[in-house]
Amino acid sequence: MAGLHFELVSPARLLFSGSVASVTIPGSEGEMGIYPGHAPLLATLKPGVVTVFKDGGGSDRIFVRGGMVEVNPQGLTLLAEVAIPMAELDAAALARQIKNAEEDLADAKPGEAQRKATDTLNQLKALQSAL
Amino acid sequence: MPSLKDLRNRISSVKATRKITKAMQMVAAAKLRRAQEAAVAARPYSERMASVLSNLASAMEGKAGAPTLLTGTGFDATHLLIVATAERGLCGGFNSSIAKIAREHADRLIGQGKTVKIITVGKKGNDALKRVYGKYIVDHVDFRNVKQMSFAEAQSVAHKVLLMFHNGEFDVATLFFSEFKSVISQKPTALRLIPADVSGGTPADLGGAVYEAEPEEGEILDDLLPRNIAVQIFRGLLENAASEQGARMSAMDNATRNAGDMISKLSIKYNRQRQAQITKELIEIISGAEAL
Repeated sequence: MAGLHFELVSPARLLFSGSVASVTIPGSEGEMGIYPGHAPLLATLKPGVVTVFKDGGGSDRIFVRGGMVEVNPQGLTLLAEVAIPMAELDAAALARQIKNAEEDLADAKPGEAQRKATDTLNQLKALQSAL
Repeated sequence: MPSLKDLRNRISSVKATRKITKAMQMVAAAKLRRAQEAAVAARPYSERMASVLSNLASAMEGKAGAPTLLTGTGFDATHLLIVATAERGLCGGFNSSIAKIAREHADRLIGQGKTVKIITVGKKGNDALKRVYGKYIVDHVDFRNVKQMSFAEAQSVAHKVLLMFHNGEFDVATLFFSEFKSVISQKPTALRLIPADVSGGTPADLGGAVYEAEPEEGEILDDLLPRNIAVQIFRGLLENAASEQGARMSAMDNATRNAGDMISKLSIKYNRQRQAQITKELIEIISGAEAL
């Protein structure tokens, strides 16, 4: 069975490109597992952990924030503003992210934007307590 | 007629200048490579973003409730010009050519009776525009202390722009930067940010299938368009950084060559004058001896 072509792209560079068995992504409306042959999909992401299951077994965990995924017949593309491998993510880095999110919340206009910023902050805090 | 000593001083000062321009050229060459790598590395993201956006935009076509970042406010009265230039000079026509197309653009808009607002990114653009267009400049972003452009810088600019847009301070935004073609060629470019220009991307071939969207397309677009502004600005800044180094490298190469030409001309002049002086002294001695 053909693998899933997975690309992880951040604004600064292409972080990962290759064939994998499957990928679990934190969609804004719930976790999703993407396997080869998935229907075309567009989704936004919430801050969370992407798990990449490699072809030969084993998996990588990568923290992502702010982005979206596109699934098309060519494969899965994940665009993330921030992507840090879980091994390199420590409390300090996460604290920085939380501080950013707090600033966003302070700047956000009341209503939709504020609600979104609050969500982001809460998700980050949940992740911090899980770490 | 300058004396021999004057000429000697001249030659040594031009030699010192040549050393400096040569060093600057080499520094620019090293920085150029890094800037070029950064610009190339950032390309996949903006390309994917463009293709996703054009997919979504075509899906939203004709539907009501498309975000104003995509469709525009429906007015064309106030234009925001974001002029991105370098922080430093001595890079040939790099800064002035960006300022020039921004000026032409502004003049055209003012001629049509539109309101113009300018945000300058980079000190040199601000210097070039503030004398004549000072009253239009609403903001200035300074990256003097930033060594390597990162996405955070682009986001801070995008944040300002989006805030202004949401407050209804302008209808159309255009970014001015220099596109990096090659070391010897940089093209000053105007890129429309708002309303978003989605014609650039090529939609992926789905083989007749339709995208499932989660959440709705409109909501994804709402999320994506502000990000796209930051991505476009980021791309502009990186292209600018590479162009700046390219322009500086060729400018300094020219300066080094000119200094070399000048040194050889001055040396010839110096040698001629020295020979003339020796000849003169000899004639004086010989005619003095003959007179005896």
